[in-house]
Amino acid sequence: MFDIFSYGFVTRAIIVGALVSLCASLIGTVLVLKRYSMIGDGLSHVGFGAITIGAAANLTPIYFALPMVIISAFILLKISSNSKISGDSAIAIISSSALAIGITVCSITGMNSDLNSYLFGSIIAIGRTDAVFAIVLSVVIISTFFIFYNKIFAVTFDEDFARATGTKANIYNMVIALLTALTVVIGMRIMGTLLISALIIFPSLTSMRIFKNFRGVIISSVAVSLVCFFIGMFISFGFNTPAGATVVLTNLLMFILFSIISKILKR
Amino acid sequence: MSLIEIKNVTMGYEGVPVLKNLSFVVNKGDYLCIVGENGSGKSTLMKGILGLNAPIDGEIVYNNLDKSEIGYLPQKKMIQKDFPASVMEVVLSGCVKRKFHIFHNRYDREIAEKNISIVKMSNHKKRSFSDLSGGQQQRVLLARALCATEKVIVLDEPVTGLDPIATADMYSLIKEINRKGITVIMVTHDINSAVRNASHILHISDTAFYGTAHQYIHSEVGNKFLLTECPCDVCSHLPKRRGDNV
Repeated sequence: MFDIFSYGFVTRAIIVGALVSLCASLIGTVLVLKRYSMIGDGLSHVGFGAITIGAAANLTPIYFALPMVIISAFILLKISSNSKISGDSAIAIISSSALAIGITVCSITGMNSDLNSYLFGSIIAIGRTDAVFAIVLSVVIISTFFIFYNKIFAVTFDEDFARATGTKANIYNMVIALLTALTVVIGMRIMGTLLISALIIFPSLTSMRIFKNFRGVIISSVAVSLVCFFIGMFISFGFNTPAGATVVLTNLLMFILFSIISKILKR
Repeated sequence: MSLIEIKNVTMGYEGVPVLKNLSFVVNKGDYLCIVGENGSGKSTLMKGILGLNAPIDGEIVYNNLDKSEIGYLPQKKMIQKDFPASVMEVVLSGCVKRKFHIFHNRYDREIAEKNISIVKMSNHKKRSFSDLSGGQQQRVLLARALCATEKVIVLDEPVTGLDPIATADMYSLIKEINRKGITVIMVTHDINSAVRNASHILHISDTAFYGTAHQYIHSEVGNKFLLTECPCDVCSHLPKRRGDNV
């Protein structure tokens, strides 16, 4: 079992995967509490569309996807905070359109063989560039999150109050959208378009079953996310199951476990 | 000494004015209650004072006061019921606009502790906000508002949905805070408590009334809204709009 580390791509996948799990769990708590979960989901689909276009145009997919996803993040944020249009439906339209574009581009350019890896992730897909990219962006995400921790809590708990007392809530909402975009971009290749949003949402929902304060939820989410990732990867290597899907299933089991524990604790 | 001057202010949402040409002055130490029917623009005015919405016309002048120095207790429905946050975390979030630093320092914590003890929640610091009763939650949010100000506090319907005991507690806390020199501006539907506690009343309707609570009781608009017969000579002969409800 331990000779798996002798493969370069496996080491890369584990480093990138662990970093993605860490970032996703941090940003996920905020997204869930801000009722922005749909933004994470929408962005992963936009990322899929952008990656296929980038690949078809012979660009390094991640270089093309990164700006596209960031721009979309700001657009989705604008849509969600606009009360005139129903945010959920608008995001659903954007997200399914991006998926459709991606699939069409794949089939026109004959990249159908890659489709599976784009949608459900692949650990072999993590190249050297991707790994460096992921490490740099993770450092950016994690440090930004902790530098603005108090502000992020304030705008998440009560945006009106934060605004009234002089916090520029719009700027912090954009910071949150930007961090989400970065997380989605680095997580997309390993987890896949359809599974990255699970990685964002699951750990914090799981933690909220038991922890009732913000710091507790954050710490627990990070722990849950990392533990699930390593268990998932281990099972994936041992039983030859798809990595992304196995990690998500591990998260599901953890969610059920936490739910049961919380039921017992309440007695 | 005037703290906030509302000068010929017209406010509304999405360009449609809901209140027009309103002028009044909030002085230091005042306890002002803003009353009026639903949709009369009470909350809109309050958002103007907080600087969340800009007036369509006219201006709001702050004297020796930055608008971010106004503490704010929002309507209860604005906060998610199941949000995981401890009492301490919620109150500390009121200190956020003070000097920027990554984590809260000891100074912030001392202010938070002090305000938690003012609202008599010191025994519940570590509890989860979502596990508290409605009255306790309001007290915690009051402590948070106090962390954000030393001068003036704006309260949006602070007793809505509270039981009579929690309501009385809340009013006595607000009164106590006002006695310590903090100006109170409160939007409320609880008109009887408003005239009992407030120093001034602003009644927003087609013709706005602004005056002391005493003047309000004896005014025509106050008489209609209070739904109680004021026995004084001035009031008893005034026509009652909903006198049957007394």
